[in-house]
Amino acid sequence: MATYSTNEFKAGLKIMLDSDPYSIVENEFVKPGKGQAFNRVKVRNLKNGRVIERTFKSGETVEGADVVEIDMQYLYNDGEFWYFMVPDTFEQYQADANAVAEAKQWLKEQDMCVVTLWNDSPLSVSPPNFVELAITETDPGLKGDTSGGGGKPATLETGAVVRVPLFVQTGEVIKVDTRSGEYVSRVKE
Amino acid sequence: MDWRPRCALDVMHERAEMLIAVRQFFQQRAVLEVETPLLCHATGTDPQLDFFSTRFNDPPDNPRLFLQTSPEFAMKRLLAAGSGCIYQICKAFRNSESGRFHNPEFTILEWYRLDFTLQDLMQEVAELFEHLVLPRRALQILPPISYQDIFQQTTGLDPLVFDLPMWQAFVRRENLHEAIEICVEDHGVWLDFIFSHVVQPKMKAGCLYRVYHYPALQSALARIHPENPRLAERFEVFVDGVELGNGFRELTDADEQAQRFDREVAWRRQHGLPEVEKDRRFLAALQAGLPECSGIAIGLDRLLMILLNKTSIDEVLTFPVTRA
Repeated sequence: MATYSTNEFKAGLKIMLDSDPYSIVENEFVKPGKGQAFNRVKVRNLKNGRVIERTFKSGETVEGADVVEIDMQYLYNDGEFWYFMVPDTFEQYQADANAVAEAKQWLKEQDMCVVTLWNDSPLSVSPPNFVELAITETDPGLKGDTSGGGGKPATLETGAVVRVPLFVQTGEVIKVDTRSGEYVSRVKE
Repeated sequence: MDWRPRCALDVMHERAEMLIAVRQFFQQRAVLEVETPLLCHATGTDPQLDFFSTRFNDPPDNPRLFLQTSPEFAMKRLLAAGSGCIYQICKAFRNSESGRFHNPEFTILEWYRLDFTLQDLMQEVAELFEHLVLPRRALQILPPISYQDIFQQTTGLDPLVFDLPMWQAFVRRENLHEAIEICVEDHGVWLDFIFSHVVQPKMKAGCLYRVYHYPALQSALARIHPENPRLAERFEVFVDGVELGNGFRELTDADEQAQRFDREVAWRRQHGLPEVEKDRRFLAALQAGLPECSGIAIGLDRLLMILLNKTSIDEVLTFPVTRA
């Protein structure tokens, strides 16, 4: 893998630190007018999402992390692994529960996701920003209420629970923003 | 769209106003504005400063010329020649420096005052900041504080006593353990690390700090304190925790200056850095006699950032290096 000098540091660069892959969030060049130059960086651990700060002596080199983000189609889950496929090559990857983490509640078969690979195995999965999912269960709610005020919980086909307006009923398909976990609208069949 | 200026158009007006105010300040004090070359036959030997150099097509030697990292040597040659008090507003160039507070080409205000002590110059800096900053924003001018005091107050460590195990324990507590590998056993690098990572960030916002009496090992071109050889007669200026300037009671001893150059030239060689020669014309000027004086350089782009509450130097430059 390539190594990077601190003067190549920029947001998004993937590097290895303490044997974990990290992505640079922010890079600050710190240099006293008369004195040693440093690079103070904020980095995100790609395994657990935690952001830490770390300083390097300017000019130092750091090993790059073999991390790539690839668009893949979600295929299915066999109870232990979640399977994804690169549409162009039909190459398949299996991701464990750690990798899919929060994303699993939004994964619907056939949907496209971004899978982050580290040394060619899935490290994390980002669901699409918007997903369309059917409601499997919600209280009947009040007749004639179309205002959207208030709201009630609804369970979706993937198991996720979101708050929906009172007029939305079981069996309907809704659009959800996966970044906030919020209901956006009903989807006309 | 990278043909367009990076800064907002009103920032150009703000800069022009600032320059007028600076010139007014020095005119009232009868300090002479001067110009010195940006391209010179030599440059500073400071191993921490990386320079730009080029060839002058002047056969047969085609000599190497350096873009100046500061106008200091040339201005001191003027002082030695009897110019009296002088100031300059010019560009300075430092290679490899780029970031939120750095552009490799930047604007310096540098001035020298004959017979000024370090205290006198710190006082004048406060007056300049009152003149430039107060009409624009609030600024509390704190009394000067010694390097030792501010370091000790913020960290509990004495900067003049290099107690490695204690300093290592300190950075571990501060969750800055990488300092141990970076600084190893180099007192100067430890000071730079702790000062920039712990002391500066803890400076109160909206305040002008003047930090004086740097440890002698960070004397740069400052005179060593005549009564306390552990201290250099050097001070720095900070606002909002950002370093704005560096002032010295100037070293006038030509022999000591030559020795400092030799040490830095040797250090460069040892560490495989580009070689530079001592500036012989500057040394000759010191031999002839630099009058007792104090001088300081202030980064005007950063000062403009402070005036306008900008968070990055690019916001006050028409064309930062990526668009130059």
